Amino acid sequence: MKTNPLSMQLKLDPEDFLPATNDEKESLVIMRDSVSFWKDGLRRLLKNKIAMISLFFIVVIMIFSFIVPGFYPYRYEQQIKGSENLSPMTYSEEELAKKEAGEDVFPHFLGTDKLGRDYAIRVMMGSRISLIVGLVAAAIILVIGSLFGSVAAFFGGWVDLIMMRLVDIIYTIPDILLIVLLSTVLEDPLKSLATQPGFGWVQKLGAKLISIFIVFALLYWVGMARMVRSQILTLKESEYVTAAKALGAKNGRIIKKHLLTNCIGTLIVTTTLQIPSSIFTESFLSFLGIGVAVPMPSLGSLAGTAINGFQTYPYLLFIPAVLISLIILSFNLFGDGLRDAFDPKLKN
Amino acid sequence: MIKYILKRLVMAIVTIFVVATLTFFLMNTVPGGPFTAEKSISEQARKNLEAKYGLDKPIMQRYVTYITDALHGDFGISLKQRGRTVSSIIATKFPVSAKIGGISVLVALILGIPLGCIAALNRGKILDNIIIVLATFGIAVPGFVVCTMLLYFLGVKLQVLPTTFGDGSWTHFIMPVLSIAFYPTAYIARLMRSSMLDVLGQDYMRTAKAKGVSQFVSLFKHALRNAVLPVVTYVGPMLAYTITGSFIVEKVFTIPGLGREFISSVLNRDYTMIMGTTIFLASLMVFINVLVDIVYTIIDPRIKLK
Repeated sequence: MKTNPLSMQLKLDPEDFLPATNDEKESLVIMRDSVSFWKDGLRRLLKNKIAMISLFFIVVIMIFSFIVPGFYPYRYEQQIKGSENLSPMTYSEEELAKKEAGEDVFPHFLGTDKLGRDYAIRVMMGSRISLIVGLVAAAIILVIGSLFGSVAAFFGGWVDLIMMRLVDIIYTIPDILLIVLLSTVLEDPLKSLATQPGFGWVQKLGAKLISIFIVFALLYWVGMARMVRSQILTLKESEYVTAAKALGAKNGRIIKKHLLTNCIGTLIVTTTLQIPSSIFTESFLSFLGIGVAVPMPSLGSLAGTAINGFQTYPYLLFIPAVLISLIILSFNLFGDGLRDAFDPKLKN
Repeated sequence: MIKYILKRLVMAIVTIFVVATLTFFLMNTVPGGPFTAEKSISEQARKNLEAKYGLDKPIMQRYVTYITDALHGDFGISLKQRGRTVSSIIATKFPVSAKIGGISVLVALILGIPLGCIAALNRGKILDNIIIVLATFGIAVPGFVVCTMLLYFLGVKLQVLPTTFGDGSWTHFIMPVLSIAFYPTAYIARLMRSSMLDVLGQDYMRTAKAKGVSQFVSLFKHALRNAVLPVVTYVGPMLAYTITGSFIVEKVFTIPGLGREFISSVLNRDYTMIMGTTIFLASLMVFINVLVDIVYTIIDPRIKLK
């Protein structure tokens, strides 16, 4: 058929209406699943050997500090008469006599301290305390810091100005001074609170541990708040926030659903890196004797107590000291790995 | 510039005032006082003591009196070390802490900066890896672990260094200084490495090479001067750390310094001593930070003052 190239008639080619061939279909098939933010980060994290080894070590420590003490034959505050100051893997005379009689005596893997308490279980309980301090403190800091930072950034203007001045002041307060002071000051009121009905858990946790948490809650969230604020300042200009606003979403919903979920990578990384620094501070306080209360051990207080007799029993000092360094190291390395995996700025 | 400095100074004074007020009310709301621990004294004697030091008055009145006195430079007398003024105790204890802290800062800078540079210049080679591993471990080890390890191996096993502070001759300084400088050295090395790598990739480094500047000059004049800037910002917090980090070191090596004095005054409820040392240490830290920030803006003109 001859067609006029200048004709204004609709030019239809019957070939355009034929079913697609298999070749054409293939080009439209999605060969790979689209890689989501999480999958991509996780893939990179799993490839990072150092981070994986650290994670494995953290899990092992957690098993030893949270699960093993449950069925361990000794308790951390139990004093075994006659078994004072045993070296690792040795038995006291009474225990040897028991063994002679055919009884099973569980060995003291790490020996005992000067009050006859099994050191292995004390070290395990000590790392439990250190881990709890690290995790709870990080959680407190995450909640307060992210809320404060996002509210300041979202509302902006004078709200931001006042809130950030407050952050600046807290930031310049010398933290160790206030921690030392607060942890001593808060002890008595918390002890009297523990006697009130309904506050028995205060007694169980120990007044000093709680005061450490309060100190962290008061002082350490400022770094997180600054971080979140700077992220949200850029995020709040995005189109989806405008869209959400146009659809009539409330401010609280926008912050919770849209803004905080979008800086979750930063939140995770900062929180993870906060854990070792909280453990660091707690061990420092306990070493000075103003941390957790006796007979509850923490790795810092174990080292602090052991320093008095360390010329004769150096292992009592070395075990908690090395363990705390390893815990902090593995959290640091794991946090670095997380940052490398989830921080979009470090993608290359 | 002057406006910026003034603003920072006002902020600093506000911070110190907040710290002082917070400390005052915190320590006074706690039940018990400096004299309740002494069981040997009678009720009447305790009351007389409290009246003598003005502890029987209402708290607001005491606060106003204290702040007015403090503004006139009078920090009162210690409640526990009878007859000594707080100022004189600080004046005798602080130089010891300051000396150890100052030497530690110097040691950390002298060791940390070259280590970081060497690592950056040998990027990816064995030397770089060794320094990175050491620095990563260095950041993870708490001060008290370093302290006790040094004490055990150098002081007790090998017996090459004295285990207590004693008369304070130079051999007594080695272990405390090493313990305090350990963490900052590792931190500076890491900081220096990353900032050096950053600077080495800059355009002006290539320009310097292209115009035939010798490697020595390009390294020291172009690279180092720019790479050292982040370290300068860290010096402020580091000075604060060396002063507070000395709490542990002073306990372990029995050094008669201000950190140990502060801890014992908190444990003894020596109200005037707590206030005096807190205000003193807080002002020191805050003003060092202000000073560092001002110096930073002078040496790096790229930074705009906000």
